Amino acid sequence: MSIYILCLVLFCIGLYCVLRKRNIIKIIIGLGIVEYAVNLFFVLIGYQRYGRAPILAKEQKILNMVDPLPQALVLTAIVIGLAVTVFMVAIAIRLYEKYGTFDITKIKRLKG
Amino acid sequence: MMILPLFVVIPLGGAFLLSLIGKLDKRINDALANIATFSLLVLSVFAIRYPLAGKVLVYKVGGWKPPIGICMVLDGLTSFMLVTTNLVSCLVAIYSISYMERYTDKYRFYTLFLLMLAGMNGVIVTGDLFNLFVFLEIASVASYALVAFGTEAEELEASFKYTIMSSVASSFILLGIALLYSFSSTLNMADMAWVLAQRNSSLLLYFVAVLFIMGFGLKAAIVPFHAWLPDAHPSAPASISAMLSGVVIKVLGVYTLIRIFFNLFPINKTSLSVLMFLGTVSILAGVILALSQWDFKRLLAYHSISQIGYIILGIGLGTPLGITGALFHLFNHSVFKSLLFLNSGAVVYALGTRNLQEMGGLKERMPLTANTSLVASMSISGIPPFNGFWSKLWIILACMQSGRILYAFWAVIGSILTLASFMKVQKYAFWGKLKKQWESVKEVPWPMQLAMLVLAVICILSGFLVAPFFSAFIDSAVKVILSGQGYAHTVFKMLR
Repeated sequence: MSIYILCLVLFCIGLYCVLRKRNIIKIIIGLGIVEYAVNLFFVLIGYQRYGRAPILAKEQKILNMVDPLPQALVLTAIVIGLAVTVFMVAIAIRLYEKYGTFDITKIKRLKG
Repeated sequence: MMILPLFVVIPLGGAFLLSLIGKLDKRINDALANIATFSLLVLSVFAIRYPLAGKVLVYKVGGWKPPIGICMVLDGLTSFMLVTTNLVSCLVAIYSISYMERYTDKYRFYTLFLLMLAGMNGVIVTGDLFNLFVFLEIASVASYALVAFGTEAEELEASFKYTIMSSVASSFILLGIALLYSFSSTLNMADMAWVLAQRNSSLLLYFVAVLFIMGFGLKAAIVPFHAWLPDAHPSAPASISAMLSGVVIKVLGVYTLIRIFFNLFPINKTSLSVLMFLGTVSILAGVILALSQWDFKRLLAYHSISQIGYIILGIGLGTPLGITGALFHLFNHSVFKSLLFLNSGAVVYALGTRNLQEMGGLKERMPLTANTSLVASMSISGIPPFNGFWSKLWIILACMQSGRILYAFWAVIGSILTLASFMKVQKYAFWGKLKKQWESVKEVPWPMQLAMLVLAVICILSGFLVAPFFSAFIDSAVKVILSGQGYAHTVFKMLR
């Protein structure tokens, strides 16, 4: 149980980082932490203590195996997270060129 | 030949081809993108006949049987959403032929446009919860890039804001999916609905419902989660604003909420009343914020929030009349809001400004744009013969029928304020005296005119969608929603 709570704490740290930090690079890192917390949670769901990889071999009985589906799903989620992160870093570079700052409170031409 | 996978394959393949050969010639771009979107429209209209005949199509991806493999489902709701999405995207693609001439890298635009379309069609047809998440992200990432397409300072800022908020929402959605998977050990939506109906799981479902309202509510821009929309939608090129406001928020937000809250979860009065409340708040907040805007596109974006509120209110009522009204308004809004954004694009194309105070008297110089925008304005503010009147009437009647007089009252107030706001648009932009500096302004090229004209005609005609003979189209979608977890039975029956 405690491991799930730690996972939730990680999620909240990431969320705090997104909401409170002013530097846009730190915000991107915070988003990465949020994504990793969710991915970690997803993997933990399929995990079993002393479980083994679900690979079928000849003359072997598998008694205790981990669920492979969350692992496959998390791989997909990581790739999506990569795409979003790359995109955001690219936007951050262009924003720096236009505004000359990484401070989110100074990037505010859109209002109202 | 199964038509279901084609809805994803055609736009994905088109995007791939465009990114390869689009650089060679400009005419190939236009032709390829328009052929792809037009064939999707033809296919989705062709697909209407299956739900009308009471049939449900299920396609097994890769030949794996559904509780294990992924499946795609075509029922009434799917077919309704497919027609809405592909109708708007086809007309927007025609419009983009001329409009996107002003931008560089047209082939990249078409590539992203088709990727977004593939993502949306995927969300609509899929019958697997994780697959829905993947398609949702494809559509979202493409739309982040399209918002930043102009790469000016404001556009980058809007795109960054949109990306951050939408990615956090995606994390909430993924967390919800993980929790549901841990409870039901399946990802297939029909199978999951069956498992959830069997076991008592109310506490978990409340938590997951909150996560999904946050996640999908942000994608739909319901009020406490709306902050990104008024920045992101006006910043995109006008044809993309039309797509984003017209269909993206509905497919990624509203459709997914309907599918999950009606077909996946046992129908729950508490979460529906939360939706109803948030919808009413959206109606009022959106329209009040819109009143004080002078930027044409930003004003339209605020109205999107308000109109989405009507749809959410109708869905939250949960009665047959309310859901019919909500789906009807969903279709109507996607038509008239994309028309309004295309009008604003035409004005920007001709004048180069979005500020309403700088315009004036454009009716003389741009008659088609002015007249179509008049039709759309009357539709959105609910003037009788136009489609917006009927759908709002249906929603308000549904509120009265289920005894929610207060909600009906706020919906009427919202509609009156919408009318006031669009009278302002008409007065400042198209009526009044023509300013000297705009005397040489010309009407926009014919592809843009054609797209606007067709949408205006649909605005007038689609009022008939609830008329006795045509209502079968919406009724088949409403039937799917009201059947609740009966969705699982229909899908499994098709598999046997």
